[in-house]
Amino acid sequence: MPRVVVDVMLKPEILDPQGQAVANALPRLGVSDVASVRIGRRIEIEFTGEPDLDRAREIADKLLANPVIEDFTVRLVETDEPVDAHQ
Amino acid sequence: MTARIGVVTFPGSLDDGDAARAVRIAGAEPVRLWHGDPQLHGVDAVVLPGGFSYGDYLRCGAIARFAPVMETIVDAARGGLPVLGICNGFQILCEAHLLPGALTRNQHLHFRNRDQILRIEAVGTAWTNAFQPGQEVLIPVKNGEGCYVADPATLDRLEAEGRVVARYLGGNPNGSQRDIAAITNEAGNVVGIMPHPEHAVEALTGPSLDGLGFFTSVLKHLVGAPA
Repeated sequence: MPRVVVDVMLKPEILDPQGQAVANALPRLGVSDVASVRIGRRIEIEFTGEPDLDRAREIADKLLANPVIEDFTVRLVETDEPVDAHQ
Repeated sequence: MTARIGVVTFPGSLDDGDAARAVRIAGAEPVRLWHGDPQLHGVDAVVLPGGFSYGDYLRCGAIARFAPVMETIVDAARGGLPVLGICNGFQILCEAHLLPGALTRNQHLHFRNRDQILRIEAVGTAWTNAFQPGQEVLIPVKNGEGCYVADPATLDRLEAEGRVVARYLGGNPNGSQRDIAAITNEAGNVVGIMPHPEHAVEALTGPSLDGLGFFTSVLKHLVGAPA
């Protein structure tokens, strides 16, 4: 089944303390060339019928993201495309 | 006639018992409301208590906003019903767009649990008319996601319209913009507060009795006493 993927990110002007905490931990791994880290959320939606991007946008706007602090993007991922980013 | 104040229980509510007790100590009759029941059972005001409704999944308050009881409360609040949201209740009020802005992860990422001094700045609301302007109160704060944020225009409007109800004194526990601890809507019937007045209503269990003022205020408001 094709899925709709919704990515939710804090708006650039909203402080992301989680991202900062991760960025601050990187030197402990010996990583020193990362300027910033921001953390968001990825949501995968499967519809019972055809995937509906407009419907997904509505879901994202009303529930998945809080427009006061977050932006979101909506995209379609095809059936056999691996959804998980394996190495 | 004794005022009847509803206290909503969501799955994951934590302080509904203490909120009901505070209502009773203030001299009103607490009425327990259930998230899945859209009826308000004739209550005169509603408290949305602290806790972790729906496990804080997605965002704090994001799912509670769509509970059947909330749809009724949102309509009633727009019609003037006094509503106090404490901690998670404040988060729910922001998610329901009854109050502007949002509450995000504490800037230092730590859960903060301590007794906190607040300055009450707006005493014209349904929930703060028992206080003096500028009165300092001691009330427990306990939150992990209590950092109040809004865009600068919204913050300026809140300040200009006298809608910042309380500010943190003696150290901001969570990074809230402009030290904001509590705000109100334009009409003054809806108040959201991050610290917990229901935990400061008797000497045995609280650091002060200062929290009681929020609950006695709404009783004054309901009998039409001037603020």
